[in-house]
Amino acid sequence: MPAFSEVLPTLPLARWIERAQTAREDEALTVLRSGRARSMEDFAALLSPTAAPHLEVLAALSQKLTRHFFGNTIRFFAPIYLSNECVNVCKYCGFSRHNAIPRITLPAAKVEDETRLLAGRGFRSLLIVAGEHPKYVSNGYVEECVRRCLPLTPQVALELGPLETAEYAPLVAAGAEGLVVYQETYHEPTYRELHTAGPKKHYAWRLDTPERGHAAGFRRLGIGALFGLHDWRFEAVALAAHARHLLKHCWRSYLTIALPRLRPAAGGFQVSPENILGDRELVQLMCAMRLLLPTTGIVLSTREPAPLRDGLCTLGVTHMSAGSSTEPGGYSHFDESQWTPTRAQPGEQFHIADERPPQIVAAMLRARGLDPVWKDHDLALAGPSHISHALTTTSTSGENSVVLNQALSTKR
Amino acid sequence: MSVLSTQPLVLGGRTFASRLFVGTGKFSSPQLMKETLAACRPALATVALKRADLSGAHDPFADILDFLEPDKYLVLPNTAGALNADEAVRLARLGAASGLPKWVKLEIHPDPNYLLPDPIETLRAAEILVREGFIVLPYINADPVLALRLQDVGCAAVMPLGAPIGSNRGLETRAQIAIIIEQARVPVVVDAGIGRPSHAAEAMEMGADAVLVNTAIAVSPDPVRTAKAFALAVEAGRAAYETGLPSSSTGHASATSPLTAFLNS
Repeated sequence: MPAFSEVLPTLPLARWIERAQTAREDEALTVLRSGRARSMEDFAALLSPTAAPHLEVLAALSQKLTRHFFGNTIRFFAPIYLSNECVNVCKYCGFSRHNAIPRITLPAAKVEDETRLLAGRGFRSLLIVAGEHPKYVSNGYVEECVRRCLPLTPQVALELGPLETAEYAPLVAAGAEGLVVYQETYHEPTYRELHTAGPKKHYAWRLDTPERGHAAGFRRLGIGALFGLHDWRFEAVALAAHARHLLKHCWRSYLTIALPRLRPAAGGFQVSPENILGDRELVQLMCAMRLLLPTTGIVLSTREPAPLRDGLCTLGVTHMSAGSSTEPGGYSHFDESQWTPTRAQPGEQFHIADERPPQIVAAMLRARGLDPVWKDHDLALAGPSHISHALTTTSTSGENSVVLNQALSTKR
Repeated sequence: MSVLSTQPLVLGGRTFASRLFVGTGKFSSPQLMKETLAACRPALATVALKRADLSGAHDPFADILDFLEPDKYLVLPNTAGALNADEAVRLARLGAASGLPKWVKLEIHPDPNYLLPDPIETLRAAEILVREGFIVLPYINADPVLALRLQDVGCAAVMPLGAPIGSNRGLETRAQIAIIIEQARVPVVVDAGIGRPSHAAEAMEMGADAVLVNTAIAVSPDPVRTAKAFALAVEAGRAAYETGLPSSSTGHASATSPLTAFLNS
């Protein structure tokens, strides 16, 4: 089975991108009238400048499909940064090796403390994020963090430097449920130019990470491009092609996509004007993705400002973070009542734009007729090593549940 | 809300006045879900164990069970999210251990996009759970042989899909469901794909014992009113089935003068 890095050069990417730039208005309207993008050609037409004046129609179709497949719900999660140590040199990233920021790798006990804070705020789904550093962010360390976090939040996904399938296996066995890896840019020359040192400079190795994750048994895969590094229509078409490849080849994993835009960060990377993905274009892109991939999750982080998030959440988004800190240990320095940082966070990866506390974002969703779902996974699904022994017998007695849960918690 | 008196449904040793089952996902708020269930008076409401707090601690961030009313309808735990038999069995055991009824709607869908059920894992989990004393209601594709296999291992009902979950496409598997209804000894509940009251009525007219509806109600602009419409449709379809429906024209002629009257002379 060819990996996506082998498939990508064989795809008619140039033809799709040309269509995304030059499709006629009647071609875009034909797709809109059908209500779905049934091919990459359809999708490209929806990205075109001639489709832009019909954004309202596109948004309505996207909203309808999203509500139809996902109901009136949004799943909540929180990122937790374990470490900002990183051996990579990436020109746009705050964690880039030569940036003069305070570096830290949280002890596992501290990760647990931070998770407890997040759980106290409602989160039952966690995204563990770490820089890529073989010494500080080792497999065993991440595994221990997963084990410590799971009793507090039954759903734990990972966003780490890419690993081999065999290296992912123990993390899956520890109960990690999802694997997130963004390609940053799908444009290989740009990728090479931006990633000058460290293992991340290997484009194909990163590109094939989701497939290795699927082979290791992750039940959820997250992909995305970091918009602002290259032409947005190129990234959009390549990302969509990647998603379609994974849907065919990794059928057991649930797929989510993210469309993050570059935020200001240490290093001061500047987005070239021709690569800027504007607000209207972001909406166009997200809604076009929904018409192409009706059952795929779309993740929206706190990179986007509050007013935009409030609008986007009703159009196609299925997963949202809220009240995020991108600094290792950052949640320990939050004002509990306001959920705002009590001190500067110089070690953050980038500065978030929507700083509202999680509860305020949840209230915003409710006001828009959306139910914020905090828990959508259970420890019973979080890896066999956690539960199987404690559940060899069953009982109908509710009283036994206390005993059972004690058994579960002491086991970990 | 019964208008037409129909025979009660007997399933898993329990008697149900209604033949409408309702799913609890996708509602815009748990309050609205509660009101909807109260209004349509279903036989049961099925709830995903993965969304609930099973520790008994009444987690305010996983409180869906607190909005269900077990005195009004049976709360039927389901194993949505399970990718294989082992996970489904673990979830079912956790649900029972937390004090929920020892009933389970067995859902195992490793395909995350259409949520189509895995027949092999479903049969394996059903065998284990039946042996452990669960009342097992498996969600299956409309496969008549699988339905019989599940019946034979002791499932209390079978729940074939009309169309994929959330598709609202109606009884696309109608011909297969008809075979299941004809052959099965256990109740047949048409689950998934029912998007309109007319779909529900159609299933009941065919002789299905009940239907399960979720998306069409939860995503409706007015779930309470829509749920009542489904309840009425289920009742209408069932009453018509019990009464007997005229067969539609199959091209057979009906002679005005008896053709075989000569036999009487």
